Amino acid sequence: MSSPMAPRGSLKTLCGWGRYPVQTCHVYCPRSESEMIQLLKRGLPLIARGNGRAYGDSALNREATLQMRHFNRLLGFNPQTGQLIAEAGVLLAEILEIFVPRGWFPLVTPGTKFVTVGGMIAADVHGKNHHKEGSFVRSLDWLDLLTSEGQIYRCSPSENRDLFYWTVGGMGLTGVILRAAFRLRPIETAWIRQTIRIAKNLDEVIDLFEAAQDVTYSVAWIDCLASGSRLGRSVVMLGEHATREELPTKYRQRPLRTPQRRKISIPLDFPNGALNALTVGTFNQLYFLNSQRKAGQSFVDWDTFFYPLDSLLGWNRIYGRRGFVQFQCVLPLSTAREGLSALLHCTSAAGAGSFLAVLKKLGDQQGYFSFPMAGYTLALDFPMSQRTLKVLDQLEEITLQYGGRFYLAKDSHLTPLRLRQSDCRVETFVKVRNAQQWTVNFASEQSKRLRL
Amino acid sequence: MTAPVLILGATSDMGRAIAQRFAAQGYPIQLAARQVSRLERDKADLAIRYGVPVSVHEFDVLAVETHAAFIQQLPMQPAIVICVVGFMPAQKVCEQDCSLALDVMRTNYEGPAVILSLFANLFEQRGFGTLVGISSVAGERGRASNYFYGSGKAGFTAFLSGLRQRLAKSGVQVLTVLPGYVNTRMTEGMKLPPLLTAEPKEVANAIFAAIEKKKDVIYVRPIWRWIMLLIRWIPEPLFKRLSL
Repeated sequence: MSSPMAPRGSLKTLCGWGRYPVQTCHVYCPRSESEMIQLLKRGLPLIARGNGRAYGDSALNREATLQMRHFNRLLGFNPQTGQLIAEAGVLLAEILEIFVPRGWFPLVTPGTKFVTVGGMIAADVHGKNHHKEGSFVRSLDWLDLLTSEGQIYRCSPSENRDLFYWTVGGMGLTGVILRAAFRLRPIETAWIRQTIRIAKNLDEVIDLFEAAQDVTYSVAWIDCLASGSRLGRSVVMLGEHATREELPTKYRQRPLRTPQRRKISIPLDFPNGALNALTVGTFNQLYFLNSQRKAGQSFVDWDTFFYPLDSLLGWNRIYGRRGFVQFQCVLPLSTAREGLSALLHCTSAAGAGSFLAVLKKLGDQQGYFSFPMAGYTLALDFPMSQRTLKVLDQLEEITLQYGGRFYLAKDSHLTPLRLRQSDCRVETFVKVRNAQQWTVNFASEQSKRLRL
Repeated sequence: MTAPVLILGATSDMGRAIAQRFAAQGYPIQLAARQVSRLERDKADLAIRYGVPVSVHEFDVLAVETHAAFIQQLPMQPAIVICVVGFMPAQKVCEQDCSLALDVMRTNYEGPAVILSLFANLFEQRGFGTLVGISSVAGERGRASNYFYGSGKAGFTAFLSGLRQRLAKSGVQVLTVLPGYVNTRMTEGMKLPPLLTAEPKEVANAIFAAIEKKKDVIYVRPIWRWIMLLIRWIPEPLFKRLSL
């Protein structure tokens, strides 16, 4: 019968979550490691792709995109340590669905649960607790990596250490992440004790963050159309895993159960331009007023607190067919106040209101090439247009001016020069990639664009 | 404890989806396939996700002389046997390579029929159980593009139909599943119409529901019933000139 051979590829039109850029790619869906090795041996550079939630072109490669969705098994769980071993294609949503009712929660989670384990490692994702608990690598015990020679290496902070720290945050450019062991934290309840605070301007929001150092989860939503004395006005959300005793009696009986959230699908693309200064401004105003009303303490379920946008399935469609671009940078602590103010001035002056503007304090850097560093990170998104490209240029220049750097998982616009100006680690990464021959086998449209 | 569900051809995408569906319902699972080592990951996965007992067993559908021994060594007799085995290489290659063509015919008909026959005898004696055969709409009318595969499935469909009639009075259910196009390894790289193409999960759900409702024959997507009705109606003189 059939011998193990390289899987047939098929041509597919792919894009990231931002739906820009769109690219026709040869897609392969291997089901075993031997099939993957066969593909590697053809010598064409490839990139592994998880659930396609990177915003830009990080998980696209015209010549060969390796769809990892068949590697989605849970291989082991230790209820003493909370260590979970999972294949790279397992979705975070699956992990939550299985383990929250058993009293476990990921140590670090990004703002969407529709990401894969491999993707979380490749982007070394951070969450609302980065200032306290670091990025995903902090919860990672080891990973198995398939490298250029078709060998599989177990990498951890003690074994193949360099390979480990280049792979974490390495955007899939060091090899194919096959599986990993990482820790979940025990939780008593599936609820978050949330405190909402209102900040009238940028100074207030930063003061709130600084005062909330010991709070586990913190994040702010910024009204990026506000200007003048209200520049940077925000809604700050602080959260802690609720203990059983804290819970209102109605939840205490079954503290690990939460009501199913209603999911709404965006059924069609909004017309281009549906999101403009007027509609976004109105939305921001309403959101702000509503939050003011809710200021104070409440209990919210984990899904609502961590993954607010996931209940709007396909929310990327509200940006219309042209798609949108994300901009996310981090500014060091020393320049954050000034730098953020400049970034927000630029956004609000352009009237390029971002629907999703998020501010967050980050702790120290961990991986060799991971995005986070001690400082403040601002994420904005803009509907794709010629004007947006100009705004992005300005935002990137401001970031450089204040010593900040960019998040590759969200990028689809940077130039090789700007990336190098922002981050002195890039040259080292490229040198290592060349020396280890990783460039021969691993590349994405992003790595080609940025000459990584 | 409920008796297990045995899945023959468990390394396939459909086999995996079916195992998950039944494990989610609390059934112990027996996974069987030629390369038994490839099932270890699935065993771990099913056990962690659903907390059910899972065992793995080596099974070669073409080695019909080993089938009786295979059944003997099962630690527990299954309540439900689901045969997902199937093999569809390119028709053009089969036309040139007799031994490959033979493999196709034997894998899709002879092997499944033999193993299900053996289970049928056991289940008939016992007076209960369910036998599920995944056949194909390709077996409903031979077509130039895949008649080796189609004829094997036609044989299997006829076999299941006869077996069902024989066992009708014994309390044993025989279910024929006609999935239509399914997005699996077998169809990878083919251009399939999305409206007619099911996901492996849908096949698993359909089988689960059909067993509960004691159905005989199901099309996974109902539209296939009408499509195949039309295709069977086309008169042969016309059919032979079409490129369907």
